[in-house]
Order: sequence, then C-alpha cells, then structure tokens
Amino acid sequence: MIANYGYKDGSGDYFIAVDTDKCDGCGRCVEACPGTVFEVVDEDPNDPFREDPVVIVARDKGRKLKYECGPCKPPTNRPALPCVEACPQDAISHSWDR
Amino acid sequence: MGEEEKKQEYWRWTESNWKNPDIKWEDAKIVTVGIDVGSVSSQAVVMTDGQVYAYSNMRTGSDSPESARNALNLGLEGTSMPESRIDYCIGTGYGRVNVPMADRSITEIACHARGAHFIYGPEVRTVLDIGGQDCKAIRCDEKGKVTNFLMNDKCAAGTGRGMEVFADLLSVPIVDVGERSFEVKEEPEPVSSICVVYAKTEATGLLRKGWAVNEVLAAYCSAMGHRIFTLIERIGIEKGFAITGGLAKNRGVIERLTKEIGVEPMHTEWDTQIAGAAGAALFGYALVQKGKGRRK
Repeated sequence: MIANYGYKDGSGDYFIAVDTDKCDGCGRCVEACPGTVFEVVDEDPNDPFREDPVVIVARDKGRKLKYECGPCKPPTNRPALPCVEACPQDAISHSWDR
Repeated sequence: MGEEEKKQEYWRWTESNWKNPDIKWEDAKIVTVGIDVGSVSSQAVVMTDGQVYAYSNMRTGSDSPESARNALNLGLEGTSMPESRIDYCIGTGYGRVNVPMADRSITEIACHARGAHFIYGPEVRTVLDIGGQDCKAIRCDEKGKVTNFLMNDKCAAGTGRGMEVFADLLSVPIVDVGERSFEVKEEPEPVSSICVVYAKTEATGLLRKGWAVNEVLAAYCSAMGHRIFTLIERIGIEKGFAITGGLAKNRGVIERLTKEIGVEPMHTEWDTQIAGAAGAALFGYALVQKGKGRRK
C-alpha cells in the first residue's frame, strides 16, 4: 500500500509517501529524521490484517510537514533527505521540494 | 415571519435510522457493530452475519463518547435487540478512540474502502470520501483492501462543513444547494478561494455585486469540485469510482467534479454516509470469524 501522509493547503502539497509493501519497520528513518516525523508501529493502522511492524507518520506531525521537514530542505545546496537516504528498502518519498 | 426565518437552520441535514425488515436478528450467528464518529456526523451500523440489519446517521455533538452512544441507541431503536447481543464492536472515524463500547478501533481509511466496497459492490477501485472536515482519496483492490490513500484533514476547504457554512450564509437549505446550483442561465466562473473563511467574504462580495444566490452557489460548488479534483489527482482515478460521505448527496459538487475527472461515479441505494461504519462492522465480522475478535 502507498500511504500518503500530509496535507494540501493553499500554499501547496506536502505529502510523504510510504510504500508499506516495501517497509519492514526497521526504524532507520526514525533515527535519521531530526524532526521525529516517523514512528514504527506494530500494526498498520490502515491495514487491520497486517501483523508486521511498519512506519507511519503521526497525525499531528503530518499536519505540519511543511515545517517539520523544512530544516532538511534548505533552498540551496540541498543534501539528500536523511529519511530517504536511510531507508534500505527505498520505501519513502516526498511530494515537494521545498 | 421574519423571526421564524431567522431561526431556520439552513445547514441542518436530516438525521435518520433504518432497519432491514427482512432480517430477524434472533436468527443471526454473529452480530457486529461499526460506529463511525466523524467530525460532523456519526453513524452506527448493526450487521448480522455480515449483512446490514440496521443503521443510524446523526450529527456529532460536542462529546464523542456521547455521540457514539446516541448513534448506537438510534441504530438499535425499535429493533428490540439488547446491546449484550453484540459480539464485537469497532470504532472508526475522527473520534474512534473515544467510542466507549468499542472493542477496538480501526482507521477510517481502511473502513471507508471496505465499506464502499460493500455498499457500491466489488467493482470499486477508487473511493472518494468527502467528510465533514476532511477529504480522503483511496484506491483499493477487488477485496476492498487499500492500495493507495491520502487524506487531507488539515484544511476544511471543499468539505461538508464548508458547505454547511455556505448554505447558512446564503439562507439556502443544504439539501437544495445541489439542485439550485444548476438553476442558472450560464455556468459562472468558480469562486477564486474555497477556503471557508475567504469564500464567505467572496460570496458576500458577489451578492453585493448583484449576483443571484443560485449563481453564487454554482460558483462555490464548482470551486469545491475543482479543489477535490486536485486532491484526488495525486492518487489517480481508476474506473469503479465511488463517492462516500455527506457531500456525495450534493449533485452540484459531484456532477461538476466528475465532469472534470471524466469518470462516471457509481450509484448506490445505500446512504453514502454509512460507508465508514459499515466497513467497521464488516471488519468486526471478519475478525470474529477468524477468531481474533473477542469481547473485552
């Protein structure tokens, strides 16, 4: 499942997509993210029959992604995003650049 | 008369309950209940062996546990079924953690996909739920399992509550908004902002300019349709397009939206507002069958 966490408002689209078929809940993104956006849960809240751990974006964080992710998205000389880099499964992507 | 008119609550939609006359709950093996406490409306669906036996649909109050209780009471009204007969109860929706009688909670994403799959049939692949204060776009497979979703619950633009505010502002009963938005000579330009707050300002401005109420309604409905379109675009729309939630009943928004999408929406006889609660009850049924659902 592609889980899109985030929102759209007048200023743009701010979504982090997690491919839960790839994610194994290893938690490396949790360690890598300076904004504590991610959280590993034992059960996917959107898939009641899945019993493996998976990463989610907490609801209160999802509502402020533009700001939470801001520090990792400087306007110039942008390094790779820590969460995307950290994921060995290539399961995380962001919908916006800055 | 003036006094009377002032008191009318234009936003108020009809609360309802329904009971399936062909089902005798006494014969049921498994009784499950789904309670969807949303930000604006609450529903309870009672299922006997995976079939809808009864449901209720009402406004959410300021207290989530009480809203859940009221919805269940209204759902069971006139059925003579005691609450102790319920084998498993699942809470869903915005207030799902505040459903005291629920054995567990499941997110509205999973429940809406499952519920839409039930009320619209297994051909459903894309579900658009336009709720009271959020909007969800969900893709699902032939079993009603979610494959892709997004939810926008930060901004209430293009949601049911926005429509309620608008109906009130223009003194048009909310159930008439859809019809009346088509009673215009020419389709007007959509309002430029569907932010609930700015839309109000803009609507007042248009009225002052001499626009007819129906024209303003048309402009707002079309802006709302467009806004929902840009949101759902992200996940892509596949045939088997089902719309749930209260706004599914507003043709003013839905017809303009589907024109833009280019995909005809599916039709159902069921109340589109019960999808979440129906999905929850179905999950309950599946869990009990698997031996995973046990009462607390």
